[in-house]
Formats: sequence, structure tokens, C-alpha cells
Amino acid sequence: MVQIDQQAELARAGANIEGRWDAIVHFSKNFPLAVTGIVIVIVFVVMALFAELIASHDPVQTNSALSLGAPSADNIMGNDMMGRDMFARIVHGSRISLIVGVASTLLGGAIGVFIGLMSGYLLGWFDLIMQRIIDIMQALPLLVLALVMAASLGPSLENTIIAISIPLVPRVARVVRSSTLALREMPFVEAARAAGMVEMRVAIRHVLPNTLAPLIVLATAQLGAAILVEASLSFLGLGVPEPHPSWGRMLSENAAEYARVAPWLVIFPGLAISLVVFGTNLLGDALRDILDPRQRG
Amino acid sequence: MATYLVKRFLLMLLTLIGMSIIIFVLLRMMPGNIVDIMFDSAGFVDPTEKAEIEKELGLDRPIPVQYMDWIIGLLKWDLGFSYVSEMPAVDELGPRIPITAKLAVMALGFSVLFGVPLGVISAVKQDTALDYTLRVISLSGLSLPSFWLALLILMASLALFGDIPIYTDPPENLWDELLLYTIPAAAVGFRSSALIMRLTRSSMLEVLRQDYIRTARSKGASENSVNYSHALKNAFLPVTTIIGIEAAFLIGGLIITETVFNIPGVAHFLVEAILMRDYPIVQNLVMLIALIVVTVNFIVDLTYGALDPRIKYGE
Repeated sequence: MVQIDQQAELARAGANIEGRWDAIVHFSKNFPLAVTGIVIVIVFVVMALFAELIASHDPVQTNSALSLGAPSADNIMGNDMMGRDMFARIVHGSRISLIVGVASTLLGGAIGVFIGLMSGYLLGWFDLIMQRIIDIMQALPLLVLALVMAASLGPSLENTIIAISIPLVPRVARVVRSSTLALREMPFVEAARAAGMVEMRVAIRHVLPNTLAPLIVLATAQLGAAILVEASLSFLGLGVPEPHPSWGRMLSENAAEYARVAPWLVIFPGLAISLVVFGTNLLGDALRDILDPRQRG
Repeated sequence: MATYLVKRFLLMLLTLIGMSIIIFVLLRMMPGNIVDIMFDSAGFVDPTEKAEIEKELGLDRPIPVQYMDWIIGLLKWDLGFSYVSEMPAVDELGPRIPITAKLAVMALGFSVLFGVPLGVISAVKQDTALDYTLRVISLSGLSLPSFWLALLILMASLALFGDIPIYTDPPENLWDELLLYTIPAAAVGFRSSALIMRLTRSSMLEVLRQDYIRTARSKGASENSVNYSHALKNAFLPVTTIIGIEAAFLIGGLIITETVFNIPGVAHFLVEAILMRDYPIVQNLVMLIALIVVTVNFIVDLTYGALDPRIKYGE
């Protein structure tokens, strides 16, 4: 016979929780990876919000005397070829990385939601045309499409955001469309329609909120991808231009030539990219487990 | 089945035509063309000379005419000439494709070799320390930018062996070639293996929860028999999809890796051609990538039917 320890089971389910702090401790015991992810993401968000306060140096101020300076008490991550403080550049870089990541995820998500909701709800010719357009967009790997888009729009912060957001549209549209298809047959949608609601209002007020859970899960996953694509585009010289400090560009400027003499120029920007993406990925996994338990694994 | 094949084929064709229009328009939207870039390096612009070169390349004609020209050329297997080298695009792309193809095959082999078994182990040992470790490794695989991983490998080999394994001369024999491609292939394959591992794990867990697994267990089937002969077979279905998709999408990772390791493959060439506004190279290469993606998707769909008799086409 299997023995069941009732107290332990109750504690695991969170029966004896008192106060907010207890709840946080309980949550972190149940979802250790999720909490790690949340902490990492918060650290980067704080860095982006208070970059000026955290980094005492100016990220674009050059100083030839400090060119390729090794990490020291004053410049804890060393200096790049032009003597700019790497720590300040990394801290300010989080701003660019997060702005591009979040903005392109939101923009791509919004377009995807619109297309998905409309094609799943209206069907007919609109759906037919949109499905074909999405087929076309999915015929290229994300980075290749983003690369061509970035090159044709020209280098700027806004254009990089647009170039990354468009390749993110198809998956959002697909997910929203398939949940809309299932939802539009549900009794509560029928009831709303029978009550005389305008179709558009039914779609937005009743169908859309019910597609949110899978959408949030997908968006967090895409946030990590968007940050990586920005880094890759900037690495290839087609992303965010000077004077914005972009982690990806720091790697391409510094990489080949100075890897030998100044390894800190390669290590820190890469570490920053990996950590922030790792954090969002952990968060994405946790959100999936919480919001969509069927997919839990 | 026959109607399904015809329908799928027509849809593929439609996708490719759409892609050709989009890529053609996007390329012409790019700021500056090859002539501007040539004059940029020369430092001055001579308007009459510029117009002359544009006329010679056919860039002065209306865009629809240029487009039709390209498509008619494609149908006759005439891909045009590279603006930069002035060689036929076929001759430029031809020798580079096998390099990228070899890298992609090696990377895919690497990712399947590691991804599938580790994913199964992770699922079978769910919620143990081993599972957590494997999950963190697979998540880092999705988080590390492949170019950083490649740079770290280069730096490590520099520190350890005093030498960097980048491409300088064409390899002399097959063995040298394999050796040279191992590291870049692993750098690219790490990401795909992480993806495959995660999917294998979740798909395996999904299957392990099903009734027929419980039946097998209650009949007294051994743990190994349940895991590997009952569950894995069904869990493998979604994994084939992701392997197929990754096979086509590896090209994205290869763009970066070929650049870092200085490998003269098509993926690296695509970036160079985009930067030089070498339209004939870019548009033909993008079409090739799109062709590979839609073909792979098609093959994956057919494999699905072959692996799972419950799936029927044509309805």
C-alpha cells in the first residue's frame, strides 16, 4: 500500500499559507525555474529603466587613453577599442534590447491577433487570402525574412522593430485563428449573437479574451526570439545603428579583432544576451505551465 | 490522395509565386543599389556614368518588366549574372551550396542524435535532478546566440591550442572537411537539439499519460518496453515535424555561423549579397530557401501519413 502523508500533501497544495511572503515562498518552492526567470527579467528591466543611475560612466563617451583597457575597479567590465566603458554600454544596451524585443513582440502580436481573429471569425474570402499570405511569410526562416526586411527598410531603431515584428505575425495569427475557430461555435458566443450584439463586438468582447492564455504563452516565447534576432541583425551590421549601444553590434565590432587581446569585449555582451533570453524563456515556460496546464510537461 | 497532392502542389506554387513578388519588391525598396555602393567606395558620383551602368544592368526599366524578365529567366534555368563578380549566378551559387548543405546535414544529425535520446530520458525521469539539469541545458540552448557560442569556441581553442579552427583554404580531403565543419555544425545544432529535446520530452510525457500506456503497465509490460516500444513510437510523430522544420530553418543559424567561421557557403554569401545589393544573387537564393522550406513541409506532411495510419488525406 502506498502511504499518503496528509500534512505533507496539504502543505504542497498550499493549505497553510498566511500572508503574502508565505505565498511567495510557496510559489518559489513549487516553481523554482519560474522564479529564477522572473528575477532575471526584473534585473534587466531595472537596468533598462535606471541605466543612468546604475552606470556612472557615459556609454558613448570615448577615451583613447583607456582603449582596450582591462576590467578594473573603475571600469569593472573593461573598455572597448574606443575606450568606452563596457559596463555602461552593457547596462544601456539592455534598454535597446528590451525596447526592440518588447516593441516588436507587441507589434507583431497585435497584427497577428487582428489577422487571426478576423480570419477565424469572418472566414470566407478574407480568411482565404490571409491564409495564403501567412503561408508565404512562413516560407522563409525568421532570421532570413528579418534580414531582408531590415535591409530594405534601412538601418534605424524603428525599422529594426518593424523588420523583426513582421516575421513574428504568422504564428500568432495561426494560434489566434485556431482558438477563434473553436470558440465561435461555443454556446456563449451564440448567446451573445442572439442577444443582438454586433459581430465585431462579439469578436472583441467575447472571443478575444478567451484566446489570451495561449497568446501570452506564445508572446513570451517570441520575446526571447525577438531579442535574439535583434542581436543577430546587429551582429551582421543590419540592425540598430550607432550611437545606440546594441549588444549584438558590440560583439561584431569587437569580436574577431580583439578576442585575442581583450576577451571581456566578447564575454560580457554575449553573457547579457544569453541571460536576458534565458530569463524570458524560463518565464515563458512557467507561464505555459500556469496558464495552460494541459501543455504542462 | 491524388486530389490532395494536386491541391498541395498548387498551393506550394502559389506560395512560391507570392514569395517571388514580395522578395522582388523588398529588394527594390532597399536604399541605394549596386551602382550607388560602387560609387560610394570610389568617393564621387558621375551621374551620366551611373545612368549608363544602371542601363547596362537593366535597372532603369519599370519594376514589373524587370520582374517578368527574372521569372522568364528562371523558367529557362537562366538565373542572370551576379552584379559584383559579373559571373553567372549559377556558377556563383553552385559551388557554395554543397558546403552549406553538408553543414546543415551535420548540424541536423548532431541535433537529432542528442535531442531525441536526451528528451526521452528527461521525460522518463520527469522531475528528478537529471530532468531539471537537462531542461536547463535545453533552455540555454535556446538562449545562447549561436554567434556568441561560436566566438566562445574560437576563443577557447585559441587559449587551449593556440590556433583557431576557421576556414582558410579549401579542405584537401573528406576527413579534413568533416573535421573543419564539426565545430560550426555543433554550434548551430545546439539550438536545434535543444528544441528537439524539449519537444520530444513534452510529447513523450503527453503519450505516457494515455490510457493504453496504463493498460500496457497493468498487463505487466516492463518499464523499458512501455517507454520505448509503446510510448516512443507515438511520441515520435510531432518530433518528425520539428525535425523537418528545423532542417529547413537551420539556414537562419548558418547565416551567422558561416560568417563567424568564415565558411564560404551560401548562407554567408546571402548576407554579402544583401549588403552589396546584388539582386540576382539575393532573389534566386531566397527563392531557393523558400523552395526548400515548402518542399520539406510537404514531405513532413506525407511522412506523417505514412507513420500514422489514422491520418488520411483528401477529406
